[in-house]
Amino acid sequence: MSDVAIVGIGMHSFGRHDDLSGMEQGAIAVRRACADAGVAWDDVEFAIGGSRDAGQPDKMVPMLGLTGLPFQNVINGCATGGSALISAYNTIKAGAGDLGIVIGFDKHGRGAFVPSTPPSGGRDWYGGSGLALTTQFFAMKINRYMQQHGISRRALARVAAKAFRNGAKNPMAWRRREMSEDEILEAPMLSYPLTQYMFCSPGEGAVALVLCRADRAGRHARRPIFLDAAVIRSRRFGSFEVLAPSLAIEDGVGPTVDASRAAFEQAGIGPEDVALAQLQDTESGAEIMHMAENGFCHDGEQEAMLEAGETEIGGRFPVNTDGGCIANGEPIGASGLRQVYENVLQLRGDAGVRQVGGDPKVAYTHVYGSPGISGVTILSR
Amino acid sequence: MARISIDDAVLDISGGEPRLLGSRCRACGTHTFPVQSGCVRCSGDDMETVRLGTRGELWAWTVQAFPPKAPPYLGDTDRSTFEPYGVGYVQLPEVRVEARLTEARPEHLKNGMEMELALVPLATDDDGNEIVTFAFAPSGGAT
Repeated sequence: MSDVAIVGIGMHSFGRHDDLSGMEQGAIAVRRACADAGVAWDDVEFAIGGSRDAGQPDKMVPMLGLTGLPFQNVINGCATGGSALISAYNTIKAGAGDLGIVIGFDKHGRGAFVPSTPPSGGRDWYGGSGLALTTQFFAMKINRYMQQHGISRRALARVAAKAFRNGAKNPMAWRRREMSEDEILEAPMLSYPLTQYMFCSPGEGAVALVLCRADRAGRHARRPIFLDAAVIRSRRFGSFEVLAPSLAIEDGVGPTVDASRAAFEQAGIGPEDVALAQLQDTESGAEIMHMAENGFCHDGEQEAMLEAGETEIGGRFPVNTDGGCIANGEPIGASGLRQVYENVLQLRGDAGVRQVGGDPKVAYTHVYGSPGISGVTILSR
Repeated sequence: MARISIDDAVLDISGGEPRLLGSRCRACGTHTFPVQSGCVRCSGDDMETVRLGTRGELWAWTVQAFPPKAPPYLGDTDRSTFEPYGVGYVQLPEVRVEARLTEARPEHLKNGMEMELALVPLATDDDGNEIVTFAFAPSGGAT
């Protein structure tokens, strides 16, 4: 049995919220998570928070009560939420705390992320030249992958259409209008082969999770969910990563493969034991590639899996049941925790119209982001 | 009016042909672009600055169809006049380099095609100098 349990979850809906700061959304998520766990803010022994653009997370404490608790801030690119969770997991495993909270929130401006590439004394030659856009990386990676492994543009549209279909069933999602595959394919091309509706957008939202020692989980939750693995990995030599001005000529595996293998080893199970997964879908091609990189299929099998609807909520192996990043947007600090939130709902059997059938027992999350970092969690009940 | 490199430490245009500058690890021979002080492969710190080759094969590509935000982008950001440009990795003899491509039509781009280093204008600075950056063009005009 795992050492750490998730006993409370709270969320502020994703999307655009002009009347609320990112931090206020974070505080709302905290109150909801504490209420779900049946604990008072005063009971929380430590907090770990992550946000890229919405302020230093520990500044939210006055909104919740100045209890003097240790509060650490985490920033780790797109894996910020996942890294906050891993820090809390390790704190509890190490015996340095029995009950803690993880908070992820963010609020980004409209449009693609502006790359921050500090110039080396001169001009910012990388961004200045019209490179340094994350969208370019994802487009190049899937374009190459499609040619190598026989993935069609229709498959890209299938992933996005599924995301909007699942988002339409999720009251917390941002994009809740279903969209046809043809509408997605005919939308303006942003970065070949990816159209506007195949990409997620930077957005807003917040998630909080209450964690505690597994042997005390029964005090706080009727249906505790256990965190069997929480792993992050950075990139190794030879991998193909976002915002890389150059790549090695020899090819190696990326951080997702490394994080996934380590997580399965930690949990003592394999991909065949997983009932559903939330996988980083910065754009629809990323979901396709990440299915293979996380060990859930071989390269190229995704085409037939998507055609057969295997990754739909009612399919053999549901992926991104809450609509993923494509339907929820990507508030960096909260995105990885949104995946965990959804998996907790699914494992509790509380996902309502999105509920995956077959009484799922194991669920998987994966984030990937700049500058080449992956985070994986495995949850069970 | 002169033509100036976007960054002389990255792109040297002082000679007859433009050259990209990278680093070579004296211990393991691994190259990086741009110049950096440590080795990505063996962690060594004995690096020398070298001129990279100017020809290679296209390894991955896309087309940038919307204007990047400025800053940092120095080129045209006006949606009514913006011209899409290709972006790709070109496998040089030493390392795969990310660069603009002079070709922006998907039907004319294919992994494995021969490419060579070229210059593209980005903007004019306050002194009237033309700022250029590097790009790769299909070799021999074979588009």
